Amino acid sequence: MQLISTLKPILGIVAAGTMLSACNSLSNSETQKKIEVTSLSVIDTYIQIAETNYQDSLSTAQALDKAVDAFLNAPTEATLTLTKQAWVAARAPYQQTEVYRFGNESVDNWEGKVNAWPLDEGLIDYVDANYGTESDENPFYNANIISNPTPTIGGKIIDAKSISKAFLSETLHEIDEVESNVATGYHVVEFLLWGQDLNGTNPGSGNRPATDDSLTDCTGGNCDRRRDYLKSATSLLVDDLQDMANSWKEEGESRLALQAKGDKGGLETILTGMGSLAYGELAGERIKLGLMLHDPEEEHDCFSDNTHWSHYYDAKGIKNIYLGEYKTSQGNLFTGLSLSDLVKQAQPELDAEMKAKLSTTESAMQLMVDQASEGNTFDVLIGEGNEQGNQIIRDIVNALVDQAKTTEKIIHTLALANIELEGSDSLDNPKSVLE
Amino acid sequence: MIYVVIHLKQLRKVLLSLLILSFSLSANERYPGGQHTHQKKLNRFSFSQPSPALSMEKKLDFKVGKAIFEKIWVFAPSSTTASDGLGPLYNARSCVRCHKGNGRGMLEGNNSSSPALFLRLSISPTTHKHRALLASGKVGFIPEPNYGKQLQTFAYPGGKSEGELEVNYSSILVGLLGGEVIEIKKPTYKINKLGYGPMHQNLLFSPRIAPPVIGLGLLEAIDEKDILSLTDPEDLDADGISGKANIVWDEINKESKLGRFGWKAGTPSLEQQNNAALSGDLGISSWLFPQHAGECTENQNDCLKQKHGNKRRDKPNVDRLEAPKVMTDLLLYYTRNIALAPTRNYDSPDRNKGKQLFNKAGCHKCHRPSFTTASNAEQGSLSNQTIWPYSDLLLHDMGQGLADGRPEFLANGKEWRTPPLWGIGLTKMVSGNTFYLHDGRARNLLEAILWHGGEAEASKQMIIEMTSEQRQQLIIFLESL
Repeated sequence: MQLISTLKPILGIVAAGTMLSACNSLSNSETQKKIEVTSLSVIDTYIQIAETNYQDSLSTAQALDKAVDAFLNAPTEATLTLTKQAWVAARAPYQQTEVYRFGNESVDNWEGKVNAWPLDEGLIDYVDANYGTESDENPFYNANIISNPTPTIGGKIIDAKSISKAFLSETLHEIDEVESNVATGYHVVEFLLWGQDLNGTNPGSGNRPATDDSLTDCTGGNCDRRRDYLKSATSLLVDDLQDMANSWKEEGESRLALQAKGDKGGLETILTGMGSLAYGELAGERIKLGLMLHDPEEEHDCFSDNTHWSHYYDAKGIKNIYLGEYKTSQGNLFTGLSLSDLVKQAQPELDAEMKAKLSTTESAMQLMVDQASEGNTFDVLIGEGNEQGNQIIRDIVNALVDQAKTTEKIIHTLALANIELEGSDSLDNPKSVLE
Repeated sequence: MIYVVIHLKQLRKVLLSLLILSFSLSANERYPGGQHTHQKKLNRFSFSQPSPALSMEKKLDFKVGKAIFEKIWVFAPSSTTASDGLGPLYNARSCVRCHKGNGRGMLEGNNSSSPALFLRLSISPTTHKHRALLASGKVGFIPEPNYGKQLQTFAYPGGKSEGELEVNYSSILVGLLGGEVIEIKKPTYKINKLGYGPMHQNLLFSPRIAPPVIGLGLLEAIDEKDILSLTDPEDLDADGISGKANIVWDEINKESKLGRFGWKAGTPSLEQQNNAALSGDLGISSWLFPQHAGECTENQNDCLKQKHGNKRRDKPNVDRLEAPKVMTDLLLYYTRNIALAPTRNYDSPDRNKGKQLFNKAGCHKCHRPSFTTASNAEQGSLSNQTIWPYSDLLLHDMGQGLADGRPEFLANGKEWRTPPLWGIGLTKMVSGNTFYLHDGRARNLLEAILWHGGEAEASKQMIIEMTSEQRQQLIIFLESL
């Protein structure tokens, strides 16, 4: 089934062409060449992918919420495993939306509630002794809210008697204005399902027993409060994703904000997201840093050892919006007029180059995912002395940088400005890219 | 009519060529870092941009280096072996804690300890051995026997910090021509809660605030000869300005060398500066200063016995340091390649008048406007750059008002290195506040000027005697840097 019917082209002239191209596969349609691809139609596709992708993230988070209910109803290793699987499944569509974060202010402002990382997990629950007991940067470093209904921190008494959605989102999250006091979002749920990963760069993820949430055979203490935390955090995640899905619907805040930027502004937003995520964020902050220092702390989904998929789907999100397509978790394919079509119209060889770069990145990511399925997860691959593993990760960094370079060429070709790929300067003087 | 049009066209040509000519003559100062000047929007990240001369691959290294600069260290042992080893005694847990946005350190609260301001400690020599050591040129001062080279105000869990710094200010009123009276604040320092017994009776101390960390690679790339050629320690030209090179100990090459970095130019290279800061300020070991206990002295026994991050690495081919070489290399790359922001209000008449006044008052004799960096292939894009740091990197007697009375290598207790002025106009934008001079005592640029004495006394007097409008123009000029 194709979701073509949801596509509502804005320009009448383009309408027929859009439908036609959407009915055919994008790359081999002869008729497509004759269609004039406009910026507006590309922006419209981008919006529709956002709507579909956030909706998909919401649906999979709702499935996770149901799995949590089943787990709390009967906390066994089997139900815990099912819940973990639901969490991993929910990450796949969500990570593909990350490309929307850069450039769309409304998304960036909201994102901290659902995907903040890294976190000082001692704020939430018990931790290993090696975690340490205090931090002069964060008085809540070891607050352990689950075991302390009324902790006194920095002379203040915190009322944590009831662990509710409101308490997590309004009181605990980023308490004391410390960013690492992450009290909500995917990574909090992840920590509550898996527990700390104490294996360093050796294989293995967190190992929290299902009895941590048992009312009859409680381990880890305060299981009732831990259950409240897990349930509140999961349903809060659903609420927040609902907000963002709404934000991309007709008259939604994010959609209107993007449309208000106009043709050029809209394309700049799209390319900012593609370039910044690939270059500064993914290649730099999330991958190269951990690789060079062989530091498992730099692992993005560290409790579950799901980092490989997190990176894989980040890269896929970039590819999605370039090609104007999105495949939902149910397997439905959405397609529309894309940035690729627009670039092809301006300079076919540049479009071919970008497609090649995206595919190189995807292959490099696939190698990492394959390794992970054999037990060599991201933290193992970046380990000291693991030359082969390090090379796999290094290839990903190089592919992403290469892809970002072509993204810059596209920015130049489309005569766009005002773009900052995080960590990149050359855009201020677009000529320098082509020298 | 036609005739006039032709003339206008010709006139335009002449004007255009004049414009081009003037541009090529003086345009460089728009870009104080040469190629290493960014063109980004001005905001709190204005001192955090990579040099535009770097390739995309290299900018990624810059970004990784930046993450290390911002890394928050934890005590050993921890599960995060790449980030442990803090302390046992320390002033801050990360570089960025004191160098916020890579700008000047900020004073926090009224008179409590601010991590960005600490005390360097030493004693005046008491024995022959001390004197021989100082004469060898291998040490710049004799550390305080119990407390070492600086006062660390934080300690490991359960441990005692070395003390707390208390700062109190008294007012001094300075009258300017035209009747305006300016209040400047003179600090006095007190150390409370001494953790390791009384300080030595011959204690010398010097308060230091974190300086901005911009353009350091360029300052390092200036040919030593060009700096030395400016020295005039005996003031042979009788202009009242000496200019003395500090000759310090190069820990890397084990030789005496020109000092360039630090408030008294006590450090010869950026690599040494970075690693000394890791060791002294954070208690992190590196290849150059491998002591895992950082700055613990032999009299701080419990401190020396604390667990550390040095031997946590069990792989034989990796150096067993808290900050391995790969990490300090990235830190060096980052600190070398932070770009300068462009000059603002370059064409404003007030700025130009301010600049003339700056020169007329003789400020430029120490705050030397420009250098061209050495031609040296090893330095890559840092070579052959005409830069505008407004410093001669030499020591000058600044008078009793600013004196710390604590020598460091050849610098006596009244001498300070001319601090570069580039970026000074963006202090508030980057750091959120303004605290100038070596201890942050000056709340604005005029106060900082009024603290100048010694060799700068005559210049200061000229500024006091300027009209209020002229002083304003001078400040406009400084704020454009």
